[in-house]
Amino acid sequence: MLRTLRAYPALLRVGLAEMVAYRAEFLVWILTTNMPLVMMGLWTSVAADGPVGRFSQNDFVTYYLAVLIVRIVTNNWLVWEMTMDVRQGTMVTRLLRPISPLIQYSAEHVAAVPMRILMISPVIGLLLWVGGKTLMFGSLERALVFFVSLLGAWMILFFTMITIGSLAMFVQSALSIFDMWLAVHFVLSGYLFPLELLPAWVAPISAATPFRYTLALPVEIWIRKIDMASAWRDLGIQWLFVLIMCATALTVWRRGMRRFVAFGG
Amino acid sequence: MIEVSHLTKSYRVHKRAPGALAALKSVFHRKFESVEALRDLSFSIAAGERVGFLGPNGAGKTTTLKILSGLLHPSSGHATVFGFTPHARQVNFLQTITLVMGQKQQLLWDLPPAETYAMNRAIYDLPKAESQHTLATLIELLEVSDLVDKPTRQLSLGERMKCELVAALLHKPKVLFLDEPTIGLDVSMQARMRQFIKRYNEEFGATVILTSHYMEDVAALCPRVVIIDKGKLIYDGDLKALVKRIRPERRMTIGLSAAAAASSFASMGTVVSHEEARCVISVPAERVNDAVKYAFAMLPVAELTIEDPPLEDVMRDLFAQSATPVAAPAS
Repeated sequence: MLRTLRAYPALLRVGLAEMVAYRAEFLVWILTTNMPLVMMGLWTSVAADGPVGRFSQNDFVTYYLAVLIVRIVTNNWLVWEMTMDVRQGTMVTRLLRPISPLIQYSAEHVAAVPMRILMISPVIGLLLWVGGKTLMFGSLERALVFFVSLLGAWMILFFTMITIGSLAMFVQSALSIFDMWLAVHFVLSGYLFPLELLPAWVAPISAATPFRYTLALPVEIWIRKIDMASAWRDLGIQWLFVLIMCATALTVWRRGMRRFVAFGG
Repeated sequence: MIEVSHLTKSYRVHKRAPGALAALKSVFHRKFESVEALRDLSFSIAAGERVGFLGPNGAGKTTTLKILSGLLHPSSGHATVFGFTPHARQVNFLQTITLVMGQKQQLLWDLPPAETYAMNRAIYDLPKAESQHTLATLIELLEVSDLVDKPTRQLSLGERMKCELVAALLHKPKVLFLDEPTIGLDVSMQARMRQFIKRYNEEFGATVILTSHYMEDVAALCPRVVIIDKGKLIYDGDLKALVKRIRPERRMTIGLSAAAAASSFASMGTVVSHEEARCVISVPAERVNDAVKYAFAMLPVAELTIEDPPLEDVMRDLFAQSATPVAAPAS
């Protein structure tokens, strides 16, 4: 454990250096994450004649800009990376190092976060200008809960991607499984629509699965669409899902390792 | 010390015929076949030995190396490397070994090798002063000082392999698993690699297990060979003894100062190739002295060399003979 902690800064530095090497590709990825902007245009038109539920035109703008930022900060592409590592045999290199490949993946993705924040800083500036006081948290407590929920969202997504990516050791490509997961995630996480605008029967499903806690929760805390008591409760549920997904990821990874066939060579 | 005892490894492989119809059928009905990559393999290797691991394609060489380096779980049997069970992948075990695969790389593709070295130093938790000294020594030995700051993707294959070796040896492993380490390299680079590996083995007392399709690698580096075919051990012992046993003849190359007919050489042995003033003859070992005397007495000899038959020929004969084990001579 101590060794891992000592090695982590070096892994972060390499992750950052690789991110800089791939900066053009990364910028294109950010520019193509434009679905929230499309949905923002759609819903602000719908809300032109009056609010939709609790959402005015301005609320939709702040909601989707916040969705865009939270998604860019918390999202990762580990499933593609793991699938490629398994299929092309590059997982071998990671496995030969005396540090868990999961730690190596986490460092690469943590290292990407500052760069992502830097690149979307214009969007953050725009959001703060549009949202004004609504986004200033108002209290240290809300700011704290928001950042902890952002970390929780990152961790649920990380462990989910490890789980799905580890399936590549059973089925060789986990991408089709990931596509199915993504379709459900788009609806139940609040990525396409604010969850409260969906039919009433969707809310309990969303609340009982990890999806809501990967995006909607931090967004709702940030734009003050959830009161503090509910935010604390949901934060507890979110971190329960962090633990569940962590245990699931480790189990699938370890079982996958027994099946690993180290292609190539 | 490496101990392998009754090791087996089988894979489940999905089989289907080519074509769209077969692809569609396989969606509903998949056929699987069990492939036995290793069958009851046993051998042991002492610390500091250099051992060549040989066999035709698909013999199970790389599978064995992958099991010994902890990448694969065996289906049954046991393997230990310096007391560690490889697939448990303990940190101390991973610090003891290195695996260099000629067709794989550990260098970070878009960054200079120096970045990989810095990362490895942190990952292997190496003391700074000691690792800097090791790095400087390796860089000097492999002559890569002007390469380590260039992005890896801009290096040639030979340059990259040298930088790979630096990365693989920075933590001074006690066991080197080398899987085709000279593949794709030119002849002079192959020779330098071999020289370096031998020097590392002698200087650090490291155990070297090598697989290579270049028999020169094996002949130059490995006094002992372990040969497997279809996952089974067929020979384990001294390389020279194997050559004598399988191909007891020697290869005599004679250069003449004037042209001579092929029939002039026939009495010495079997003519392998003949050009006007040059002939290669395969001579039974016990008749080499007579053949040399005959050549100098009867022919205008300008040069004469005697060698073992090419290792490639020995291997070809060995694999053609049978899958039954060839007894190693008592040592």
